[in-house]
Amino acid sequence: MAYSEKTRDVFTGEIVAIKDKGLFKEKRFICSPQDAEITVEYPEGSSLSKVLNFCANNYLGLSSHPDVVKAAHEGLDARGYGMSSVRFICGTQDIHRELQDKVSKFLGMEDTLLFPSCMDANSGVFEAVLGQDDVIIADRLIHASLVDGIRLCSAEYDTFKHMNMKHLRKKLELHQDKRTRMVVTDGVFSMDGDLAPLDEMVALCNEYDAMLLVDESHASGFIGKTGRGTHEHFGVIDGVDIITTTFGKGLGGASGGCVSGRKEIVELCRQKARPYLFSNSLAPPIVNASIKVIDLISGSTERRDKLEWNTEYFRKGMEEAGLNIRPGETPIVPVMLYNAKLANDMARDMYAEGIYVIGFFFPVVPAGAARIRVQLSAAHEKEHLDKCVEAFRKVGEKYGILGLGKSEIIEKYGN
Amino acid sequence: MDKMKEVVLEYVIDEYIDEDDDEEVGVDSPLISSGIVDSFSMVSLKRFLENKYKVRLSDEEATPEAFDTVTSICSLVQKHLG
Repeated sequence: MAYSEKTRDVFTGEIVAIKDKGLFKEKRFICSPQDAEITVEYPEGSSLSKVLNFCANNYLGLSSHPDVVKAAHEGLDARGYGMSSVRFICGTQDIHRELQDKVSKFLGMEDTLLFPSCMDANSGVFEAVLGQDDVIIADRLIHASLVDGIRLCSAEYDTFKHMNMKHLRKKLELHQDKRTRMVVTDGVFSMDGDLAPLDEMVALCNEYDAMLLVDESHASGFIGKTGRGTHEHFGVIDGVDIITTTFGKGLGGASGGCVSGRKEIVELCRQKARPYLFSNSLAPPIVNASIKVIDLISGSTERRDKLEWNTEYFRKGMEEAGLNIRPGETPIVPVMLYNAKLANDMARDMYAEGIYVIGFFFPVVPAGAARIRVQLSAAHEKEHLDKCVEAFRKVGEKYGILGLGKSEIIEKYGN
Repeated sequence: MDKMKEVVLEYVIDEYIDEDDDEEVGVDSPLISSGIVDSFSMVSLKRFLENKYKVRLSDEEATPEAFDTVTSICSLVQKHLG
């Protein structure tokens, strides 16, 4: 037998080690469409519970929107289920081109290329564009998919302290001898919900002749007055050279991603990016539904406006209830607890109160920075937000953390 | 060795600690296992050591364990200097 007991023991030991470190991810099954209110089987095998979902990336509430679902059905009927091909052989339909054109227009970019996911876009873009004479200078807290993509590329790389422009300047000065420089950041950082200061970054990139790549996965569709993203928020739409983003979060929630930007860079991705060349084309129902999403949010800011209102209302409610939330203006609201066990225990108690949230701790976030990350949606109604704040108040009171700051919570629970 | 520790510690503080951070770092403070330096940002520390001390640290040597404290980093560099 090729899979011997000895081999099995190797992997079992690794799984046990993950459990011992408290890092084991449990199975949770959603038995309903994705929405503000969902039906969940958790723990596995237990009876179903109706809970309010505060941990989805469903920022615009479009995952189960009737117009989006209808467009997916129409795409299925008109263009079929799948392409059975990568894009460049026989996997590109007219609707792939239409979606790319609409995304370019929406983001204010010259050209766009679809990838199976934003993880794939981030994995492929660096290697396709840069070589050993170039340098990538990245914020230290960029998404793991960007880190993986950078590591796959032969360019030298360096990092700067999170959103520290003085440090970025120092690194840009250090690497003036390279052929090209590419600065890399998230637009909105997924764990803290903070916005990269793109106005300052564009100015620095101009001063030191560097390109700027921004991952807008947690921004596209709702950051900025018309939801174009972080570059719109900071008034530097023309200053960003490359955007990578996803159709798996605000822009519909299914899957797919893209590289959008300067036409030569997009062309190089079309010619050389390995996840584009060696992975299947985005399925027609998803492409058609994504076109509908872009049409919906291009025609009205109603959903991002509602999300903005929800964000302000929820953040104010949480502060008044005495929770220690990280200040900000995005729908990612970290409830800071600093202690991993406390974050896990509180998330479990929140679930018992009918609120689905998750605790995050090292290595997903820096050591000593454990938190529950709340994610708001345009699908949430005011009563959902009230119920969530009330549950946090009740659970927070149980653990005696209401009104406490960082040092007081650490003093009480350690970190 | 003490001079090297001083130089490396100064670089670590300047490169990895934010100006407004009250974190105190000494030569035996854990860097990687505490999350101050992660495997992604470790590259600048490795480059600094190679340029400053004119040594070549292979990926096999530059492990998270070897880079976990200023003292262990200096031991590794010292080994190359002979």
